[in-house]
Amino acid sequence: MIEIKNLHKSYKMGKNSLHVLKGIDFSVEEGELVAIMGSSGSGKSTLLNILGMLDELDEGTYTLDGVPIKNLNETKAANYRNKFLGFIFQSFNLINYKSAAENVALPLYYQRVSRKERQEKALKYLEQVGLKQWATHLPSELSGGQKQRVAIARAMAAEPKVLLADEPTGALDSTTSYEVMDLIQKINDQGNTILVVTHEEDIAHMCKRIVHLKDGVIVEDKKVEQVRAAQYV
Amino acid sequence: MFSRDNWKEIFETIQKNKLRTFLSGFTVALGILIFVVLYGFGNGLINTFNEFFEDDATNTFYIFPGRTSMPYKGYKSNRQIEFDNSDIADIEESFPLFVEYISPRVDRSGLVKYKNESNNYTTRGVSEAYQFAEKTMIMKGRYLNQEDIKDKTKYAVIGRLVEKDLFKNENALGKYIDITGSAFKVIGVFQDDAGDDEERRIYIPYTTRQLIEKNTDKINQIVIGFKPEIGYTGAMTFERKLGDFIREKKFIDPNDQRGFFIRNVADQLKQNQQFAGVLQIIVGFVAFGTIIAGIIGISNIMVFVVKERTKEIGIRKALGATPKSVISTILLESVFITTISGIVGMILGVAMLSSLGDTLKDYFITNPFINMGTAIFATIVLIFFGGLAGYIPARRAARIKPIVALRDE
Repeated sequence: MIEIKNLHKSYKMGKNSLHVLKGIDFSVEEGELVAIMGSSGSGKSTLLNILGMLDELDEGTYTLDGVPIKNLNETKAANYRNKFLGFIFQSFNLINYKSAAENVALPLYYQRVSRKERQEKALKYLEQVGLKQWATHLPSELSGGQKQRVAIARAMAAEPKVLLADEPTGALDSTTSYEVMDLIQKINDQGNTILVVTHEEDIAHMCKRIVHLKDGVIVEDKKVEQVRAAQYV
Repeated sequence: MFSRDNWKEIFETIQKNKLRTFLSGFTVALGILIFVVLYGFGNGLINTFNEFFEDDATNTFYIFPGRTSMPYKGYKSNRQIEFDNSDIADIEESFPLFVEYISPRVDRSGLVKYKNESNNYTTRGVSEAYQFAEKTMIMKGRYLNQEDIKDKTKYAVIGRLVEKDLFKNENALGKYIDITGSAFKVIGVFQDDAGDDEERRIYIPYTTRQLIEKNTDKINQIVIGFKPEIGYTGAMTFERKLGDFIREKKFIDPNDQRGFFIRNVADQLKQNQQFAGVLQIIVGFVAFGTIIAGIIGISNIMVFVVKERTKEIGIRKALGATPKSVISTILLESVFITTISGIVGMILGVAMLSSLGDTLKDYFITNPFINMGTAIFATIVLIFFGGLAGYIPARRAARIKPIVALRDE
């Protein structure tokens, strides 16, 4: 599903250049649930941003679902993001003046899905995350966990190939974190490919595979016995 | 770009950001409103100016006698100059190329009676040509004619309000009125645009007036209508030559400015038109400034709006919004708001002007108006710049990498 070879990325910080990713080789099969771990500055968020086409790579190749991702202009990147990827952010990034259902329907709007179908799908995915009765509420009326669940519904609404979650539990307490992870595991159980960036061990162990990043290189890549989050909920 | 979905999205955004919408709409509406009202007031001022002169013919000189201020050819200073009938004849004879008509004017004020009604009116002795100078309109009967002047008839042409005052609902034509002791037959009733004062006048043949006053040949003033085709420069030449002629005939020092006076309506009109023109430029400048201020206002708001929405734009881009769709959404939103509020402001302004009408006449603003072309043009200018003001920051925002926009807190 994801194929990365010899990936390099550096940032210019004034006169100095900061080499963040120093040659990453990495691949993900369909249906995997991968945790990307590392301390801050290890380059894990940068990797995720490049995977998400939110940022550009300097060197190396990136293939997503057989499509080489390179030299994208803004419009093409936008179309690929819309078609291939769903994002889950640490700070939820819901649009605050839109209701939960409208937020979920937004990626579908950019897919030119008809209004009626958008509404139906939005409700369907809200139901999946258990928030159907909150459809008309604004994000400000929801708790942190609920917001993240709306964000997950939104990421899934476009039916992407890969879900990318950047510290999805970073802003949540542990109980809520487990609820969110439980949801992510259930989505994975349905066959969806999910990448989770986290620095929390327990969250990482709820995935099926852990990739450790340190100073811009992968230092460890192992399959783990998945801890089901449901037992903590 | 103009799909129903797109509009729906825009309406939702507008609805849910009421303060923002209100602020930008208010700026535009206010800008247009002030522009329309100011511009209308400018036109009102010009109307007032024109009205001052509309009433009388503009190809007219009024010559008033004065007192000399210099001794000349054996005559002492401070001599009262007087005009008489021979002056009329001489001027007419000497300036056939310039003079279209000429009339003396002898004003007397006195009690006028009809049956039990009486009042004080100005009775003006004139010749038949005077009708052109005042642009007097006859409502019924006729004006004085050459025969009346020659025969020194006791005919009077009275103003509309004189008839109303003295005759009430009676028809004045053919009736006799008593003008300071002499009976005059009313042969005509006139109206005049200049207002009540002018319509409370009575015209009689100047020869009759002279006959009453011991058959004198003296006259108060001379009114000359010059031929319009001589134009403004011709009028100025005529004025100079006429002055020289009178000075010579009346033995007035060529440098004496006080022996008599010529009031040149054309010259005054020109000066006032120039003044009105300058006024229009000033008003236009202020109105233009208002539009500029409006544009700057809407630009500020749009920059702020886009800045405020940077994160939202980042989210939208992460979800698959193309730069084009980001720009078109923001642009359509700003154009939509400016169009609606621009039209509202314009209609309000025009309505305000037309409801004012003549209520501000005391402040020299008569019937303020703006032609729709100007109002619509100004609105379109503001809409265009409102759109541009939205487009520039929107384009910049659409270019921001989503990751940068997402970090924006």
